[in-house]
Amino acid sequence: MTLLSTRRLSKDFGGLHAVRGVDFDLPEGQIRALIGPNGAGKTTFVGLVCGRIAPTSGSVRFAGDDISRLPAHRRIRLGIAYTFQITSVFARLTCGENVALAVRRRGGDPDREVPAALDRVALAAHRHRLAGDLSYGHQRLLEIAMGLAQSPRLLILDEPTQGLSDSEIEAFKSLIRELGGQTTILLIEHNMSVVMETADIVTVLNFGEVLAEGPPEAIRADRAVQAAYLGTG
Amino acid sequence: MSDAGKSLALHLGLLALLFALQFVLPAYHHGNLSRIMVLATYAIGYNLLFGYTGLLSLGHAMFFAAGMYGMGLTIRHLGLSPGPALLIGVLSGLALSAAVGALALRTAGVAFMIVTLMFAQAGYLIILYFGDWTRGDEGFVIQQAQRVLWGIDLSQPTARYFAAWTLFATCLILSLRLIRHPFGKTLIAIRENEDRARMLGYDTFRHKLGAVVLSGTISAAAGAAYGLLFGYAGASFATVQYSILPLLWVLLGGAGTLIGPFLGTLFTFYLIDIASGLTTAYMLVVGVVLVLITLFARQGIGGEIRARVWAWLP
Amino acid sequence: MEGNVEAMEFGPYLMLASLEGAVTAAVLALTAVGLSLVFGVMRVVNVAHGEFFMLGAVLAWAVASAVGGPPALGFLAALLVAPIAVGLIAAAADMTILKRVEYDPERTIVVTIGLLYIIQQATLMTYGPEARPVEPPFNARLALPWITWDGGPRLYWPWGLSTTTYKLAVIGAAVAVLLGVWLLMTRTKIGLIMRATQLDREMAQAFGIPVERIYALVFGLGAGLAALGAVLIVPIQQAHYLMGGDPLLLSFIVVIIGGLGSLPGTVVAAILIGMSDGIISVFFTPTLAKILATLLVALVLVFRPQGLFGARPA
Repeated sequence: MTLLSTRRLSKDFGGLHAVRGVDFDLPEGQIRALIGPNGAGKTTFVGLVCGRIAPTSGSVRFAGDDISRLPAHRRIRLGIAYTFQITSVFARLTCGENVALAVRRRGGDPDREVPAALDRVALAAHRHRLAGDLSYGHQRLLEIAMGLAQSPRLLILDEPTQGLSDSEIEAFKSLIRELGGQTTILLIEHNMSVVMETADIVTVLNFGEVLAEGPPEAIRADRAVQAAYLGTG
Repeated sequence: MSDAGKSLALHLGLLALLFALQFVLPAYHHGNLSRIMVLATYAIGYNLLFGYTGLLSLGHAMFFAAGMYGMGLTIRHLGLSPGPALLIGVLSGLALSAAVGALALRTAGVAFMIVTLMFAQAGYLIILYFGDWTRGDEGFVIQQAQRVLWGIDLSQPTARYFAAWTLFATCLILSLRLIRHPFGKTLIAIRENEDRARMLGYDTFRHKLGAVVLSGTISAAAGAAYGLLFGYAGASFATVQYSILPLLWVLLGGAGTLIGPFLGTLFTFYLIDIASGLTTAYMLVVGVVLVLITLFARQGIGGEIRARVWAWLP
Repeated sequence: MEGNVEAMEFGPYLMLASLEGAVTAAVLALTAVGLSLVFGVMRVVNVAHGEFFMLGAVLAWAVASAVGGPPALGFLAALLVAPIAVGLIAAAADMTILKRVEYDPERTIVVTIGLLYIIQQATLMTYGPEARPVEPPFNARLALPWITWDGGPRLYWPWGLSTTTYKLAVIGAAVAVLLGVWLLMTRTKIGLIMRATQLDREMAQAFGIPVERIYALVFGLGAGLAALGAVLIVPIQQAHYLMGGDPLLLSFIVVIIGGLGSLPGTVVAAILIGMSDGIISVFFTPTLAKILATLLVALVLVFRPQGLFGARPA
């Protein structure tokens, strides 16, 4: 079943076509990586999907329903979780409260679920610390924990491994593989080893358009992708 | 003792102290403290919006005045007894804050401040415009005979002190419970990072509207009580000055602390009281304190206590 | 024509109201352009702006009475000294206070509220509560004609339709000063620097523009324009320590309706509001007119934040 699909989705900023007529289908249970050079429109695209940005034209369907006109918070309530590219935690609240806010919104039990969510990203020891006092990498992990705590049907991760150490990236890969069975994941990622080892299918955006789509190996071999990405022929 | 236990002990201790003080205070300070408790209730209402939700209103006098006039006008012109009149005062504040909130919350930041300021100014002018009923700037007295609630004469100092204490205690405990409640915690999250709260699926507009209504209603309750306890309603309570004062009280006492509104009101009240004995330009104190806090003590008294002594202070 | 000279007809009355309105509009345009300039370049709202206006009027009285001699001499001295003195005071306030709150929009509003009380109350302590006039430098009465139809067009001189040379001079002076401000902003290097700072503060700083000094200059200039407006009006009205409230409110209205930070929009709105003030008062009481104006401002901010004349940004 297709969980998320967009049709002719476009966004112009003034004269700039950030996203151009994107048709995108994401089947339930898949791990999809969204890659592309800087400025390809990846963050704008997921912003359109979860309602942070209003599209110029086109539609978004989620679990069979047209959600194009729903405000962001209503889309989140349908089961989309979004973690920010630029870390956006509640800096002056504790890590535990950050995650609890995600748990409470869907009526979960914070006492039970907060430690579990923090444990999955190895932050359980930091539960009572202020989020703003964490290192940058740990704040990224806290973002992921907040995403997980929402038990979403679709988890959108915008460059989650940026600023993580090598060992944290390894832990992140296994976390994603583990989630793969239960949650549909849309992953914007620059780190190609993460993409190659976790994604089922890779979509490449370039100048706001879908340039290629396919299994990681095929994408790696695709000459057009190499040209766009590496700037070499 | 747990943090929640400590904070409960502190706030109940404050209420007990205030209750006990009525037996020892000389008449002058006894009367002052009655006023301070009602005004601190107004500050508690203001703090829910400013301190806990992060919305700075410059127009709360309209809610205070809605309570005062909702109560006063129905007593004066409809001959209502104090009970129903108080209720109408509170409901006036509720209705007004819902309407103003629904409009003003379409803006944010500086625009929100100016929109609330303008609505409050319009409210003040409306009181003047209907001077035949409100008696405008001059205001009107609520007679002693009209201030008997359930057989208790609220013009008597003891009854008045007890009524003010009851109102203050109710609102203090109410807000203590609120910030432990998921709704209150969501308000704090909105204050800290509204975009993130929205992207966790919270309807931030409805939460903020809830905060405006709660804050406006408590302010109106304080206004209605003030009019009834001290027997007077006048347009001066609807002026910009009465929108600035709760901001000052909360800033001085510590925004986003429960005890802050009371501390700030207490200090400001006596500061103005002392200054007005020295000069007619006693509002100078308000200006100087506003500037000094903004420059040097952004967290106010309560915030400094939290930062230095009691980290658990809610 | 029957001989009822007591009641003026509607046509002549409208002309008289328009002339009075033009004087109001002229002074309002100066004051509001000062506020708009500060908001435009510095992105802060100066709530103490009305007090700088008041300070201009009070200093004008002080200078004029200190100079003595013929009225024209005292007035001329006031015209030079008062705006510059007020500008310097404002620049000093900018450097000592606004700079320290880092021009944070909300904190700036709070400290300028503090400044409002400080200036106003300090004036009360020194200048006192009296209203005092300044003599105009010249004040010849000019009777004005009106056209009537009496078998053919005929000029006549309705009783009471007149203005003074001084009022016409106020209008002329305001036009000249506004032209000067426009030339300053568009044709000079300092204007270019101000506009660059307005567009992108960080970038301006990176290009070596001394942003702090530009801010002090703009804040001083804004306050100086308000003071100049006050000096011009003080021979018609009187100087009083509470006279800053109305100019502040009206400037807010003008700046918001004209589109925040837009100088041409501000001038258009000032003319509209100033002119209609006199004409509206034919139909409404002043209080009702103010109620409608404040509500209009609130609703403009809610539904058309770019102002009535501004274009919606892309």
